Amino acid sequence: MTGLMSKTANKLGRLSVLLIPFLWMTVFFLLPFLILLKISFSQTRTGIPPYTEVFEWAGGLLFKIHGTMENFYFLISDSLYFAAYTNSIKIAAISTLICLLIGYPMALGISRASPKVRNILLLLVILPFWTSFLIRVYAWIGLLKNEGLINHLLMALGIIDQPLVMLHTPFAVYLGISYSYLPFMVLPLYASLEKMDYSLLEAAADLGAKPMQAFLSVTIPQSMPGIIAGSMLVFIPAIGEFVIPDLLGGANTLMIGKVLWNEFFLNRDWPLASAVAVIMLVILVLPLVLWQRHQQVLEERDQ
Amino acid sequence: MRLRTPGFVFSAMAFAYAFLYLPILAVVVYSFNESKLVTVWGGFSTKWYGELFRNEQLLGAAYQSLKVAAISATFAVVLGTLASIAIVRFGRFRGKSMLQGVLAAPLVMPEVLLGLTMLMLFVAMEQLIGWPEKRDLTTISIAHITFSVAYVVVVIQSRLKTIDRSLEEAALDLGARPLKVFMLVTLPLMFPALLSSWLLAFTLSMDDLVIASFTSGPGSTTLPMVVFSSVRLGVNPQINALATILLLLVIICVFVVSRLIRQEKR
Repeated sequence: MTGLMSKTANKLGRLSVLLIPFLWMTVFFLLPFLILLKISFSQTRTGIPPYTEVFEWAGGLLFKIHGTMENFYFLISDSLYFAAYTNSIKIAAISTLICLLIGYPMALGISRASPKVRNILLLLVILPFWTSFLIRVYAWIGLLKNEGLINHLLMALGIIDQPLVMLHTPFAVYLGISYSYLPFMVLPLYASLEKMDYSLLEAAADLGAKPMQAFLSVTIPQSMPGIIAGSMLVFIPAIGEFVIPDLLGGANTLMIGKVLWNEFFLNRDWPLASAVAVIMLVILVLPLVLWQRHQQVLEERDQ
Repeated sequence: MRLRTPGFVFSAMAFAYAFLYLPILAVVVYSFNESKLVTVWGGFSTKWYGELFRNEQLLGAAYQSLKVAAISATFAVVLGTLASIAIVRFGRFRGKSMLQGVLAAPLVMPEVLLGLTMLMLFVAMEQLIGWPEKRDLTTISIAHITFSVAYVVVVIQSRLKTIDRSLEEAALDLGARPLKVFMLVTLPLMFPALLSSWLLAFTLSMDDLVIASFTSGPGSTTLPMVVFSSVRLGVNPQINALATILLLLVIICVFVVSRLIRQEKR
């Protein structure tokens, strides 16, 4: 009897361990996206809430649907939005590439350092992640502006006689994103390089491969999971980045995250902001699926 | 086999670490600059720290942020622990990959999407059930819990996988109930992961501008929101001073935690 009772209690315990986080994430993470989708089909109005109802209860199980595609038509017809989307993809892609170019040698060097040095180097990669993101972006304003530190230094050295315009340019945005997201690139790269089977490199060398050849045909393919994971960890959030284009970018670095922010906070057009978000999500579906798949592959390999 | 690390890897690493740390160093150095201008070194001064501590708007916002961060970190660790146990210990169950999916997605989801969708939820809930009546520290905390759980799960899951189960099995064999085993054996073994994931969630919450901006209401302004509006106007040495203090706190925290974890291991 007590055995049966404790068995039921056990089952209940297991179920609640499972259900509590599951319900939380369903209500506060999944459900909001459905609401977003609904509001993207509504119209803006003055009042609380500032959008029209899409579903009207018509008695029983019947609902009248008042949805409109207006917001999406508007997004397609205005070239500003299209430019913002393509620009975001371009900026995120280039920044991801810069992260990869800086991060790969870094991860390689860390993975080949002695264990003691390796821990310190890893800690130094993670540490900036623990400091304020906003302040790390702010740091670049002081460095990049016309009367900033870099221009001052270059002029004092006599390399330039007029300040270079760096702040509020695409360059500043690439720099800001690569700088802020670098740890997200280095850590997965390191994780895959650390697990690498070095006997393969040895074999390549024995077969007469030059170091560069061995690197391209052994090291790079072996670290592919890390390259993909790291790139997705940079690319996906960078697409929707708001703070960096706002603080470091200018008129010609319009990114979709900033457009969404402005539609919401300045124009107070919730339905349009929702439509902007829905299309952003559509763009992200492919990289998101790619990343999730990869996580599962890594997971299964670990077990 | 000893691997030769090419010289250019070393120079690339030196460059990368300089890239990571020089901007932060510049912020710290200029927090002690008497002059407000970046180009002029007006001599060593701590006056910006004095001004910082007289800036009531900033201090008030810092207090609000601390409250939100402490609450959301605590809830995120509880939820994250439950989720990690389900994923690591329950074997295969229906909906497992779905649970893993919703727990991983916030890691990469752009903040503007998280913020906007959260706000839409709160507004829809208010229409439907009358709660939350207004947007305040509670709504910010709920939003922060939701995205922090994802990070907590990463940390706790990896620790949980490495825990030696024989200790738990021994306790079970000796007749302890599963809940008791969890409290007396598993939880203490997880302590380092719980501590570091709590601190991670705390830091993420303290640092968040975008999600808090969407989910806050009048009267609930967090520290990053104040910093952001000040930074938008240009360089302000008070912000440099604030950055230096925050950096110092982080370094102390990292030091203390690594000490604690090392002691725990002994």
